[in-house]
Amino acid sequence: MNSTAIENNYNKLKARAEKNLGSLENKTVIWVGTATCGRAAGAVEIKKFFEEELQNNDLEAQVLETGCMGHCYADPMAIISKPGFPPLCYGYLDEGLVKRLVQDFIKGDDPCYEYALVALEPNDIFPTFEDFPRGLHEEKIILEHCGFIDPEQIDHYLATDGYAALARALMMGPDKIMEEINNSNLRGRGGAGFPAGLKWEATKKAEGDIKYVICNADEGDPGAFMDRSILESDPHLVLEGMIICAYAVGASKGYFYIRSEYPQAIKQLKRSIKQANEMGLLGKSILGSGFDFDLEVFVGAGAFVCGEGSALINSMEGKMGMPEHKPPRLAVQGFRNRPTALNNVKTLCYVPYIISKGADWFNSIGTPGNPGTAVFALAGKVANAGIVEVPMGTTLRHLIFEVGEGIPRDKAFKAVQIGGPSGGCLPESALDIPIDFDSLQEAGAIMGSGGMVVLDEDDCMVRIARFFLTFTQQESCGKCTFCRLGTKHMLDILTAITRGEGEMESLELLSELSEDIKVGSLCNLGKTAPNPILTTLRYFYDEYKAHIEEKRCPALMCPELIAYFIAPQKCSKLCNVCVGSCPVEAIYNRDDGLKAIDQEKCVKCDNCLKACPTDYNAVIKVSPPHLVKEMEEAM
Amino acid sequence: MSEKITITIDGKEITTDTEKKLLWVALDNDIYIPNLCAIREEERPYAGCRLCFVEIEGLEEPVTSCTQPVTEGMVVKTRTPQVDRLVKTSFELLLSDHRLQCNKCPKNKACELQKIARERKLKLKSKRIKHLERTFQIDDSPESFALDPSRCVLCNRCVWVDRNVAKAGCLGFSYRGINRIITTFNNVELTKSACTQCTLCVEACPVGALYFKE
Ligand SMILES: Cc1cc2nc3c(=O)[nH]c(=O)nc-3n(C[C@H](O)[C@H](O)[C@H](O)COP(=O)(O)O)c2cc1C
Ligand code: SF4
Ligand code: SF4
Ligand code: FES
Repeated sequence: MNSTAIENNYNKLKARAEKNLGSLENKTVIWVGTATCGRAAGAVEIKKFFEEELQNNDLEAQVLETGCMGHCYADPMAIISKPGFPPLCYGYLDEGLVKRLVQDFIKGDDPCYEYALVALEPNDIFPTFEDFPRGLHEEKIILEHCGFIDPEQIDHYLATDGYAALARALMMGPDKIMEEINNSNLRGRGGAGFPAGLKWEATKKAEGDIKYVICNADEGDPGAFMDRSILESDPHLVLEGMIICAYAVGASKGYFYIRSEYPQAIKQLKRSIKQANEMGLLGKSILGSGFDFDLEVFVGAGAFVCGEGSALINSMEGKMGMPEHKPPRLAVQGFRNRPTALNNVKTLCYVPYIISKGADWFNSIGTPGNPGTAVFALAGKVANAGIVEVPMGTTLRHLIFEVGEGIPRDKAFKAVQIGGPSGGCLPESALDIPIDFDSLQEAGAIMGSGGMVVLDEDDCMVRIARFFLTFTQQESCGKCTFCRLGTKHMLDILTAITRGEGEMESLELLSELSEDIKVGSLCNLGKTAPNPILTTLRYFYDEYKAHIEEKRCPALMCPELIAYFIAPQKCSKLCNVCVGSCPVEAIYNRDDGLKAIDQEKCVKCDNCLKACPTDYNAVIKVSPPHLVKEMEEAM
Repeated sequence: MSEKITITIDGKEITTDTEKKLLWVALDNDIYIPNLCAIREEERPYAGCRLCFVEIEGLEEPVTSCTQPVTEGMVVKTRTPQVDRLVKTSFELLLSDHRLQCNKCPKNKACELQKIARERKLKLKSKRIKHLERTFQIDDSPESFALDPSRCVLCNRCVWVDRNVAKAGCLGFSYRGINRIITTFNNVELTKSACTQCTLCVEACPVGALYFKE
């Protein structure tokens, strides 16, 4: 192997990239965040508004696209970097604000600080991310460049030291890489936390004429979109991790298994693979090292179960996406019966950083046994929803209340659901648990691949459990008895409880079934499916009991267990909004002018409650429903 | 290469060879373990019915014996409280979705479900798990046999013989979760599929789902 040649080849690529980018210096650049989250909020139009407004005013500035910064709550967003000012980030953009920014900031010299969210470089005028509570807890490794480089241009990646780790790895040789990855204690981010080093080692040692590496980008958890975000915002990082992994285990071919619901990410990946091939970073003799490696994108049909390793392989081989008994492990007998290293998107993203900065650096972040960071898609009843990256060991409390800035509208925190359908709901008392694979598991949840949904007092825990069971039952491949039928019966029991038709004995059956399904199922979909039930039973037993014994839904959420009521002392009498809002004409005027609801007709659509002006807030929900009668009689 | 080893099942010492799966070693030595989906010739067991659990010394949880290779000195128990509990639940779950009218079923007395119930003293009707009421279409288009999905336990045996022995490729599964069903490609009647009416699948079916008419 020729180390000098590799180094020279890399340096040439980097120098060229820097030269190309240098042309941006001393120019005004507007970066619009156009990952899927930004697009959903209208980022493509925002980009157009900027371009039109610049043209209308004959202004010179470049409008570029970037990925997701993780602050999705403020989408659409843009960064404006104008010489003489720190790069400033603006959120909640609309046509008016775009016009104003172009007029005042691009044309004039007023950065409209009142609309700026944050500055991206330290300066004397405007705070940066580090100055916010979120910045204190956040530590970005794999999200470092997301939202700050143009994912469509390989030069942006190269100019920020991209592919330097690959060059370094090619000079180190496979054994040294294995040593570094083993020492880093990197654990798989696809959910289970399996040590990446062990998996790679097994693939490397396994016999086979061809070996494969596969990146698992199936990301099927409802509410999870971290992998999508990374693939859209920093695709070359994943590629670099893949190539290093392939080199270490001796693979000649790699695949991205990605769901068809991610068209933007698929496009980005295909483009990136093409670029890397053109630059000699993929294909024959990568960077002149003599190592050949090809990458391809495989678009899956998007079933949740296809994220499971053996089902993923079946699906790639054109068979039904159905899990198999293990062993044999994929590392020994995977794709086309060849040794295969399967890793999650995020796992692979850490690899270039570990190679560049070393295993010791990686171990210095997080906690012993759980080094590095955790990436979550924070969603639900939390002020700052979006993608966050914090060191392992950060407590749930810090993550939700400081990084996420707590629960909106002064509502009370009730629970946090971690790990999606395989995970669990943890209550207030668990908020000081440090976030890591082992602690969360102990509490009954799992780290999962990073979905985190915050729930408040208005969320019914039985319904939450039912929501996830509906999902797992639909997504169960149906192969094995426990998962196919067990989840169905559990779902039926939960449904009965939310309708006030539950029995206390069925709670016992729920836990018995849960325990058996955990042990008896063939794959981890089934084995983890009971977690939402087990945790809600463990931490919110009273809520189940209220549904069953009192026919009462404490969160006032289960339609069968609530009734709508118009409080006479609050109703204005003169306003008629609720009457018009009701789709079934259940609301009528009483002789005294007060409004009342015909309970027989009411379909519990919630319209009147939303329609009643906040000055009155006269429509209320009560549970159990028979309370309405008592209240009417008391009038 | 396989070599002779000795294992113990329920206190009985058995000499066998490596590379065999525990289920077959037990069955060949007259030790019954419930099973529906296992196929001796198949190297990669399907492992879907989840009935063949046993406990192995040194392992924390019960394992499926159809997937478990035997190893020298292995000590196996086919009946422990944990095994019995899993088998009972699995059996009850299967029967909760099985149309139970044994006296009208062509497989009465030759049915594997009845055999499991007898061997393990399990009831065909569960007290704790509700029966699922679902309706299915019977396909009686073939001349000598019919397929009644309401009795199917989704064991994959018919699919296996269809693909590996008959090599017709007409049977398969459709849909996920509780809706999973055994059917032909495109959900057409058997006679409109690639079915050659060789009836191998009927012989493979452990229950009365694929059955001979009369
Ligand atoms: C039902 C099910 C769905 C899964 N979905 C995913 C997924 O979408 N992405 C993923 O990386 N891993 C998923 N996994 C985990 C994979 O089986 C596998 O453990 C992982 O891809 C290995 O990569 P890692 O070691 O880097 O985590 C899933 C597992 C199960 C049981
Ligand atoms: S546990 Fe569920 S998803 Fe996994 S094999 Fe069994 S039925 Fe299929
Ligand atoms: S028809 Fe019979 S053999 Fe085929 S899957 Fe159903 S029970 Fe098994
Ligand atoms: S015989 Fe072992 S799982 Fe069916």
